[in-house]
Amino acid sequence: MNRNKLLYSGAIILAVTLIAALLVALVLFSIGASPLATYKTILTGPLSDLFGVTEVLVRSVPLMLVALGIAISFRSGILNIGAEGQIQMGVIASTAMALAMPHAPKAILLPATLMAGALAGALWGGVAGWLKAKLQVNEILSTVMLNYIAAQVYTFLLRGPMLDPNELETGSGTPQSMRLPELAFLDTIIPGTRIHMGFIVALVAALLVWMLLWKTTLGYRMRTAGAGAKAARYAGVPVERYLIVAMLMAGGFAGLAGAVEVSGVHHRAIEGISSGYGFAGIVVALFGMLHPGGIIPSSIFFGILLIGADMTQRSASVPANMVLVLQGVIILSIVSAQSFLRNPYAQERFFRWFARFSPSASKPGKGVQS
Amino acid sequence: MTALEPISELKLEGITKRFPGVLACDDISLQVRRGEVLALVGENGAGKTTLMNIIMGLYQPDSGTISVNGEPVHFRAPGDAYARGIGMVHQHFMLVPNMTVAENLALGLKELHHFMNLDIKGAAKRIREVSERYELPVNPDAYIWQLSVGEQQRVELVKTLCLGARLLILDEPTSALTPQETDDLIERLQRMASELAIIFISHKLNEVKALSNRVSILRHGAVVFNGQTANHESSELAALMTGHDVVLPRNEGSGPQGEPLLSVRNLCVRGDRGNLVLDGFNLELRAGEILGMAGVSGNGQREFADALAGLRPVESGQMLFEDKDLANRTPREIIQAGMGYVPEDRQTEGIVPSFSVKDNLILKDFAEPRFSKMAFLRRKAIDSNAEMLKERFDIRCPSTSTATGSLSGGNIQKVILAREISREPKALVAVYPTRGIDMGAQEFIHEQLLARRREGVGILLISEELEEVMNLSDRIAVIYKGKILKVLPAVEATRERLGILMAGLADPDSPGDAPVATQAGVAHE
Repeated sequence: MNRNKLLYSGAIILAVTLIAALLVALVLFSIGASPLATYKTILTGPLSDLFGVTEVLVRSVPLMLVALGIAISFRSGILNIGAEGQIQMGVIASTAMALAMPHAPKAILLPATLMAGALAGALWGGVAGWLKAKLQVNEILSTVMLNYIAAQVYTFLLRGPMLDPNELETGSGTPQSMRLPELAFLDTIIPGTRIHMGFIVALVAALLVWMLLWKTTLGYRMRTAGAGAKAARYAGVPVERYLIVAMLMAGGFAGLAGAVEVSGVHHRAIEGISSGYGFAGIVVALFGMLHPGGIIPSSIFFGILLIGADMTQRSASVPANMVLVLQGVIILSIVSAQSFLRNPYAQERFFRWFARFSPSASKPGKGVQS
Repeated sequence: MTALEPISELKLEGITKRFPGVLACDDISLQVRRGEVLALVGENGAGKTTLMNIIMGLYQPDSGTISVNGEPVHFRAPGDAYARGIGMVHQHFMLVPNMTVAENLALGLKELHHFMNLDIKGAAKRIREVSERYELPVNPDAYIWQLSVGEQQRVELVKTLCLGARLLILDEPTSALTPQETDDLIERLQRMASELAIIFISHKLNEVKALSNRVSILRHGAVVFNGQTANHESSELAALMTGHDVVLPRNEGSGPQGEPLLSVRNLCVRGDRGNLVLDGFNLELRAGEILGMAGVSGNGQREFADALAGLRPVESGQMLFEDKDLANRTPREIIQAGMGYVPEDRQTEGIVPSFSVKDNLILKDFAEPRFSKMAFLRRKAIDSNAEMLKERFDIRCPSTSTATGSLSGGNIQKVILAREISREPKALVAVYPTRGIDMGAQEFIHEQLLARRREGVGILLISEELEEVMNLSDRIAVIYKGKILKVLPAVEATRERLGILMAGLADPDSPGDAPVATQAGVAHE
């Protein structure tokens, strides 16, 4: 019964994705590109060689980490739209930490770098959680506003206090920090590619989040607070406290994503480092049905989309930003699919409409009598 | 009003509707004529609501026909049903609280919508016409939020009539009403019935007896009985409805008068609008008794229950529970002190609807060592606990992994009761425990409460159902405007006497209050 329902929901989500793809095909058609060729490039291009595959996985790491945090917050009843800012805070803190102790041994430096990022993200997210719990400030407003603040702080630091002295000397003035000491790097898994240990970190994190949410009493409390705040209060769960906890965790995962990007890919803080992972992570989490088991494949799928979009720009001269259009359409489709699944009347209407196209469907009035 | 041929007859023949795994309606045939009230009776989940949704065109039947005045009809949406003069008043009101009555009507009436202009005056005029014709007093300019539940019910009726309905489907119309409002509604419906056809859905058999001409009983999606209401006793109908004889259990009295368990002294609590809703509230609950709290809802019951659960700050006063003051403690501390609680709103306060039955059964105890170890949930213990309670409390669900929100009201209430009782509380507060619940489940819940009483649990039963309060209680406290007006032994309580007290009038049976007795007589009618 439960399994059937899961299959049914899965089928609806898949159908909705196809509809989204169709809508985007219309957009592609309207800008004069061939939808088929574009989709072919997006979906098969990245997977045609080892380099493509590893690049997909590199992209999936921050998406997965951010989406895990989003899943925790959504499940706990607070909508974290602020992952973008939390990532940037994570980048700053982890970079600062690594640069502050360049001579520490790797066993200390690497964990400290990652932890610093997670902590900074957690604090940035925690602000929104605290505002919501204590002052009932809408978290969507506060997280979005905190994104703006984080973006300005980030720009200021990279152009000022944290700017690489070399940039000043050479006068090129690229806003970026100094390069991290090598001991703060996440190791590469496959030599010659960029895939790094952060991927393993993300997979372990997915397992931990699953255990947290569904196996521990803390997760039970958080899900109770999210799924039925009133009932949770009656049962003695201090809902407000878990809103803060959820935002700390969600921010922590976003901050960790930032730290992993610094330590695993760029090895310094650069401008535009998050490239929208904070928002794409929301789509990944929703597409993965807010469950780690769904978020892993969904983050890889979105990794394919991101790499594929770069490729279409080169091969099919379709702008890479088309992926943003696809993302937007997918969000709308998922949200509609979810309300559809919650509304039995809409489902009844839909299947009635659908039945009109299949002549074998029983017409009212001449059905078989039991 | 819309020119319509009046409905002289609605006929359903062989209506069958399947949902995956359920036969919701099984070859149902019914008819109702003008001037007649048909009561449609059945337990929750018997298929009443599905059947009505089929009539209104929200669902299509898999087979069977619907005909109006002998002519087959095919409704695709509620609008089609309204066009043929069939309208429904839902159990939960469909009104926008911050709009006036007239604006609410205008929402549904397309012909009032002109270009750049909404004819509110036309709506108000129509409301006045209908409310005069059917003697349903309604002020078109009142805001919905200003109206009592009973008045809102009248607005729904007027709205449905204004939309042209001449056959009314009323889905449990009295479930949110006070006893007085219920009597009033039934009387009005009786008068209206001569010009209309009414399908009255209920499982309160006294209302069915009072109002309907004919009764049809649904069980497991099939009609098991059709007959003239007057020829059958309530007990007979109850037996047909549940499939077995129903005798609602009674408190046999003479229970041991236990030690005082909970003493509430001079309690003052503010309501949502900041006014003092409880002002100098005193109450004493003893071990091993059921104390019924009767009163029209909105007299402070909710605020008292909230304060007692730790969810509403206490302005002043004490709530001594075994000599420990529970005022302004957290919900957790109160739970741990040994208080059990069956909240008013079972769907959102009693359970987490999206959680499985087994997860809801540990809502208060998930952190106890029997369900968790080192911060991890003990799934096996949780599963076996759920299986055990499912048996013991006769919770009817496909499996204990089913989402609790998908169960019927009666079964949800059993889940809540199972959780609260299995925690072995010293005192149990039950707020409207059987509101909107079918007879079978009601019987079971009453039996459970009486059994706890025999075990020495002190039970505070807050209810509007006088029948229930009088059947179960040892003593009855009447609440009015945030104060306990009187506490009397259940044996001395009559429906009339409680009704007068609940209206805030002085007790006619106690000496010294004689001067107001005439006034009481008026309210009593």
